[in-house]
Amino acid sequence: MIFLQLFLTFFKIGLFGFGGGYAMLSLIQDEVVVKHLWMSSSQFTDIVAISQMTPGPIGINAATYVGYTAVVNSGMSPAWGVAGSLLATGSQLLPSFILMFVISKFLMKYREHPSVKAVFSVLRPLIIGLLASAALLLMNKENFGSPRESLIPFIYSVVTFVFAFFAINKWKMNPIYVLVICGAAGGLFYGFFPT
Amino acid sequence: MLTDSHEDIAPVPFSYWKAFVTFFKIGFFTIGGGAVMIPIIERDVVDRLHWLTREEFLDLMVVSQSAPGVFAANFAIAIGYKLAGKKGSLACALGTVLPSILIILAIALFFQQFRGNRVVENVFRGIRPAVAALIMGPIFKLSKSAGITWKTVWIPIVAVLLISLLGISPVWVIAAGIAGGICRYFVEKKKGGAE
Repeated sequence: MIFLQLFLTFFKIGLFGFGGGYAMLSLIQDEVVVKHLWMSSSQFTDIVAISQMTPGPIGINAATYVGYTAVVNSGMSPAWGVAGSLLATGSQLLPSFILMFVISKFLMKYREHPSVKAVFSVLRPLIIGLLASAALLLMNKENFGSPRESLIPFIYSVVTFVFAFFAINKWKMNPIYVLVICGAAGGLFYGFFPT
Repeated sequence: MLTDSHEDIAPVPFSYWKAFVTFFKIGFFTIGGGAVMIPIIERDVVDRLHWLTREEFLDLMVVSQSAPGVFAANFAIAIGYKLAGKKGSLACALGTVLPSILIILAIALFFQQFRGNRVVENVFRGIRPAVAALIMGPIFKLSKSAGITWKTVWIPIVAVLLISLLGISPVWVIAAGIAGGICRYFVEKKKGGAE
């Protein structure tokens, strides 16, 4: 039953999603692409791109889109897809409500306590590992092509990656513009070099 | 003097509708997620409506950042709860996530019709390698703020190996990190007590 699985999956993602939206993407990717096979890696990558380019928190955008896509991919109608998106987003928010009601006062009081500090001293570096593994998982054949099958698109993908990397991290360009530029360039490139 | 003495200015009366509309506007107009929202929430909730003092605002922000889940949603829930209890948190959270849900669903339903369209496929083929670079961005920013040293650098490396090589779910890796942090606390406490 996909709706029950969506609820359990996104509740878990909301409960263990430390470190903000990008870190949560690694949880979503693992559950949705690797474990449940609800969508392909390239479909998930497209969802991440759209979630970044549209208003609102990336974690909420991604949950909404993934919920919709998972249900529609299973063969149900878009109307059920809408139900899936609401369920995924709601389930992901539920732990936040529960935690804020129950532990916000506790956290406020004990956030300087050595035990809380010790837990976060481990979690903070750990989240960097999570982000790195999410990025590694996206660097696959589906997203980059393969040098054996067709070399030129593969080289083009690597060039795109390097450009985006420097544009976002070194030149501090707005990531949305970078994605738009890469999309327009890709439209032109693959329009002229159909593969 | 004029701008900072907000204590003696009477706050705008609270209403669920006003809370909902305020967070709806914030959710609708901020592209890029949580961090971008902070100054906008501050301007509205602290400076314009005077619902919170700056100290209360900062306290709630810290709690929302340390809790799991989407930061912007946690923050909205925490602010709403502080202002008007559970109903207040629901009004603020709905306001924050509703723009995301509406926009993403509109795109998902629209995109559905362009599935298999050559131009759209080409554009997204161009974007996909850039998404991997996008996810890598916060790694470098966070590495500085997480205080990674030669003593802690093994934590993200082990996390990557566990997730990417052994295929262990990030959820378990986070759970292990929390357990590890608690162990660290008890070990340090014992050491401190023995001295």
